[in-house]
Amino acid sequence: MAADKAIGPIRRSFAPWNDPKARPFIEFRNVTKRFGDFTAVDHLSLGIYEREFFALLGPSGCGKTTLMRMIAGFEEPTEGHVLLDGQDLVGVPPYRRPTNMMFQSYALFPHMSVWDNIAFGLKQDKMPKPEIAARVEEMLALVKLGPFARRKPHQLSGGQKQRVALARSLAKKPKVLLLDEPLGALDKKLREETQFELTDLQMKLGMTFIIVTHDQEEAMTVADRIAVMDHGKIVQVATPAEIYELPNSRYVADFIGDINLIEGRLAPAAGNGARLECAGTGATVETSQPVEAAPGSEAWFAIRPEKVTIGLEPPADPTKNALKGTVWDIGYLGDVSIYHVRLATGATVKATIANRTRLVERPITWEDEVWLSWSRDGGVVLTR
Amino acid sequence: MNDRPSWFNVTSLVLGFSFLYLPIVLLVVYSFNASRLVTVWGGFSTQWYVSLIHNQGILDAAWVTIRVALISATCATILGTLAAVALVRYGRFHGRTLFSGMVYAPLVMPEVITGLSLLLLFVAVGFDRGFWTVVLAHITLSMCFVAVVVQSRLVTFDRSLEEAALDLGCPPGKTFLKITLPLIAPAVVAGWMLAFTLSLDDLVIASFTTGPGATTLPMKIYSQVRLGVTPEINAVCTILIGIVATGVIIASIATKRREVERARAERLAAAAP
Ligand SMILES: Nc1ncnc2c1ncn2[C@@H]1O[C@H](COP(=O)(O)OP(=O)(O)OP(=O)(O)O)[C@@H](O)[C@H]1O
Ligand SMILES: [Mg+2]
Repeated sequence: MAADKAIGPIRRSFAPWNDPKARPFIEFRNVTKRFGDFTAVDHLSLGIYEREFFALLGPSGCGKTTLMRMIAGFEEPTEGHVLLDGQDLVGVPPYRRPTNMMFQSYALFPHMSVWDNIAFGLKQDKMPKPEIAARVEEMLALVKLGPFARRKPHQLSGGQKQRVALARSLAKKPKVLLLDEPLGALDKKLREETQFELTDLQMKLGMTFIIVTHDQEEAMTVADRIAVMDHGKIVQVATPAEIYELPNSRYVADFIGDINLIEGRLAPAAGNGARLECAGTGATVETSQPVEAAPGSEAWFAIRPEKVTIGLEPPADPTKNALKGTVWDIGYLGDVSIYHVRLATGATVKATIANRTRLVERPITWEDEVWLSWSRDGGVVLTR
Repeated sequence: MNDRPSWFNVTSLVLGFSFLYLPIVLLVVYSFNASRLVTVWGGFSTQWYVSLIHNQGILDAAWVTIRVALISATCATILGTLAAVALVRYGRFHGRTLFSGMVYAPLVMPEVITGLSLLLLFVAVGFDRGFWTVVLAHITLSMCFVAVVVQSRLVTFDRSLEEAALDLGCPPGKTFLKITLPLIAPAVVAGWMLAFTLSLDDLVIASFTTGPGATTLPMKIYSQVRLGVTPEINAVCTILIGIVATGVIIASIATKRREVERARAERLAAAAP
């Protein structure tokens, strides 16, 4: 964990996307990709910076792999341009691009041993034999497959295959590494270790990583920035904390983590911030984050369960940022308990409480009348 | 599953196999006949094999046939494999339907027509008929068979393997040689064997396209049979059957052994930590 401390401060100060002078290393300029009538990527613009660890999140079929294949050179954009270091990539064949990709299906060469699979890319570069051997050994050690070097892919388990694929794509130490769900088949412990190795390696080698994952926690852990995609479009690109705390839409809020969404109408705000009248639930919400929408328009209040306080007594000011309901269900997860509170309207709001004592008897239990409240900084008002 | 075969299964097996192999067994048995008459058993003898060695006509024909088969099978395999790759890989290129239709046409075309049209072509362009015209004709005939065999393997081929090679910096031509070809090799070899046997036993097309000095074994046998079947012919055929059977047996043993090896390796992988 010493290395963790060492890279901590560097990671915190790394934010080229906030620097107006910085130029993206990989850039999508209004890119559209169609397969026949089907639009897989839709007028997408995106900049990814050098040395960035960038994660793509989104439901199955939203175009993540297609986006990567356009960087690797297996698909050409139907419209728009993909640039690498300021150079237009259109027409550059995959074998001349300084990118390597780890395939979602692994794509290991079945007639070659693990060793030869990893060495394949290095041999193409006409690297001297001893150097190839050293690099392959280094990669085998990294993915902990030393004893399996002489095996053929069909003699490996799913997780082992995945690690060979990872080692093969890493071996050339490319400028840009594209990882399509690289850790899906690994168990939790190995996955966490490999995540750590990946971030470490990316720091040391100064490579740009683009990772596709279905595991939000993984994206949060490894990525500098996360892009959330939907139907070939990017809904939001931001740091993990921003994505979680300041989602820009209900889609992102709902996609990442657990969230309560309460519908309402915007009212004129008193001072800074926003004010939302939730007719359905009878609540008045005031937040510190201002919104750019006319009063009277439809909006949603989004708040994470861990930011909702649950209590038997009404809060100091029950007229705003508070709701009344009955405990409908309690989910015990060990570290926290989730309370499902049913409101008079029939909607449920979730609130989590950290289990700070070992006591099994909870002061709040099923069918209790409770008050839910939150601070002005607890949630956000979303207009789409 | 019932592991005791029913009388119905046994009967159909016996009938089916006798239908297939009885004529061949008769042919082999009579090649060892001491009598000159093909239909009368006169005791065991290998004299016909001995006399075969001294029959220069048959030996020459056999040599022509083998050369034709080797050359035409090899060329047909290269051309057929390339055609299959083009058909499977290069998506919907201009004229693809026409091209695939044309590759498959000789499969269903009556041999007489193929032979005649080739003859007309050779006459038209003023090609001297002989060894090379037979080779060319056999390439035309067997190429489409190779294409079909290789194509069926290519459609199940995982394209991402080629993409992975390209991605690692391997240009397309080298990718084909290093990744695609080794993986479709069994189909290519099967295609070659098919082309070889097709050429070996073709009579019709060879008769149309051959010229002086290029008589193939099937043509030789056919012309001799018209003068009456001699046990010598039986001996030639027995040798041919022997060669083909040995090839088939070796191929199947090799396949079987690979399967066993693979199954063992997979068990090993499952047991590994
Ligand atoms: N070659 C193709 N031809 C036609 N449609 C395609 C092709 N490749 C991808 N698509 C379509 O494009 C869409 C996006 O595919 P893509 O593989 O990028 O999804 P993804 O986000 O990677 O999904 P997953 O998380 O399941 O891997 C899908 O609906 C898919 O069906
Ligand atoms: Mg995908």
